[in-house]
Amino acid sequence: MTLLELEGVTRTVELPDDEPLHILRGVDLTVSVGDHVSIVGRSGSGKSTLLNLLGLLDNPTSGAIRFDGRLISDMSANQRDRARGRDVGFIFQQFNLLGGRTALENAMTPLLYASGRQFWRREQIALEMLDRVGLSHRAQSMPEKLSGGEQQRVAIARALVRGPRLILADEPTGALDVETGASVMALLDEVAHSSGAALITITHDANIAALARRHYRLDRGVLAPVDVNRVLALAQPEVTL
Amino acid sequence: MTGIVGAFVEAWSEIRIHRTRVLLSLIGVAVAVAALTSVVGLGAITQQATTENYERQSGRPATLFVSAYNPTTGATPDAKTLSTAFLTVTDRYSVDWTTRSTYAQVSVDFTEGLTPVDTMVVDVDYGTMHRVQMLTGSWFTAGDEQRLAPALVVNETVWKRLGSPDLRTHPTVTIQGADPVTAVIVGVTPDPPYSQGYATMFMLYDSYMAIAAPAQVQSLYPQFEAWVPTDIAEDLTGLIQRDIAGALGDGWQVDVNRQDYLVYQGEDPLLSIKLLVGGVAVLVLLLGALGLVNISLVTVRQRIREIGIRRSFGATAGRVFFAVMMESVVAAAAAGVVGVFIAVLVVKNPMVVGFIAQGITDVPAFPLEAALIGLGAATFVGALAGLLPALVAVRVKVIDAIRY
Repeated sequence: MTLLELEGVTRTVELPDDEPLHILRGVDLTVSVGDHVSIVGRSGSGKSTLLNLLGLLDNPTSGAIRFDGRLISDMSANQRDRARGRDVGFIFQQFNLLGGRTALENAMTPLLYASGRQFWRREQIALEMLDRVGLSHRAQSMPEKLSGGEQQRVAIARALVRGPRLILADEPTGALDVETGASVMALLDEVAHSSGAALITITHDANIAALARRHYRLDRGVLAPVDVNRVLALAQPEVTL
Repeated sequence: MTGIVGAFVEAWSEIRIHRTRVLLSLIGVAVAVAALTSVVGLGAITQQATTENYERQSGRPATLFVSAYNPTTGATPDAKTLSTAFLTVTDRYSVDWTTRSTYAQVSVDFTEGLTPVDTMVVDVDYGTMHRVQMLTGSWFTAGDEQRLAPALVVNETVWKRLGSPDLRTHPTVTIQGADPVTAVIVGVTPDPPYSQGYATMFMLYDSYMAIAAPAQVQSLYPQFEAWVPTDIAEDLTGLIQRDIAGALGDGWQVDVNRQDYLVYQGEDPLLSIKLLVGGVAVLVLLLGALGLVNISLVTVRQRIREIGIRRSFGATAGRVFFAVMMESVVAAAAAGVVGVFIAVLVVKNPMVVGFIAQGITDVPAFPLEAALIGLGAATFVGALAGLLPALVAVRVKVIDAIRY
């Protein structure tokens, strides 16, 4: 079942005294429920812009983006915000946990924007999710008291508390050492798989990208499928992306 | 419903986490609210004190003063005739509060000899109509008019010269009328500030008439006052004038007019003072608001990443706007409560009350309007101070903010 579909998506920025800047050029991508897709690309290749579009944070200049079969250009800003809260979970490179709040409070944050049972049972849901990522014993710890891996696991719990159908992981292991990064990715893959959510990992780490089932490369705004062996070859130090 | 509760939860959580910053930023608001509320509260007491002072001098609104004279000769009707006419007419219109008043000198036999004491000769109602304040004992009652030994209400100076006797022992003095008479002191009034040592007293009109020498009665020129509801004062003025003129007969000009403070100064004699003090308080509040806006703006800029994260988890622009506004409103309202509390402590402080409300008989309770104005002003300032940061917050570009 198709969850997200990009069709000929472009994103262009008008510059005051220069030619328009074409950040994305004719991007086509289909992501189904339960999919695991990786997108690799250098800095400046348009990854952030693509992330904005995939996360319903921006509209394309041309082309169509359908989320759950619905054109996002037909949705109001509020509808997009609500759909994002309900169906999209973000995981960031720098974890982006909120300071001054415990792991539990951080995990509860998305549930503040939920309604009904999810809102009123937010503490219990967040605790269950922390338990699932193996951090129930650190629920009352502040972010600065947690290791990098633990912080990213809290971020994963936070991304998953509302049961999103799409998880967007933006350089999820970028701030972790190789071993911790691998364990965090394994956890993310397992949790996403068991919840049936689609996982899109945007990274420049070929090893992390290789964990996905489908692989794409973003180069100068053009998104193209790439073979897993090619991705792994790209992971060798002497080869550049 | 969950949206509103969620916004409150967010706002409270934000305030709790940044309590030091919030506390510092709100000191100005709390102080300003305390100042504003204190000013309004003290203003109410001052107004009451001023009003009572006015009422002591010229009666409560609306007090009608009645006088009569012969326009040709300038002569006045004798006190007894005018008094009878006044009492008959006021009784006819069911005026509950009336008094006659005049000044006389009565010699009192103190231990050091006879001393003339300025005496105000009045009716029982005078005490209420002119808010006469008692130091000890009580004002005249209707029963005092029947006493064979006239009742006296003396001032503090007279009372002290008599050795400050306990009024429960019914202390007496000898006064000189046509003949020496023993009078009973029933009450003592406090000396007004800056006039200690000057002996004065009150005596009931009929009691004085009973003991006064004929020559003293002849020289009396009493005033006649009626305290009537303000809404019918104008109608009663015409009726009382007409009826007393009719009772006195041809040749007498009867004047009935109001002399209470309201008739001279409109509805609110303290309006100009209130406006001045209120203006200063509003200025203080605006300065507090400016500080709050400043700190809130800086804080929001520091929180751009957090706002971006919240947006990425589904917070709508409206929700972010409301949450940032609520932080400011909730915090300022809390500061308002503290400010009002401080104001109550200041306004109800015995030293402050003693200073501001000197001589006041009805010390007003802390005015509810002052508390409401304080809280309302704090909430308004909170909303005002939250507006700019909230606008900045909704313009945050989510991914840029997160990657910032």
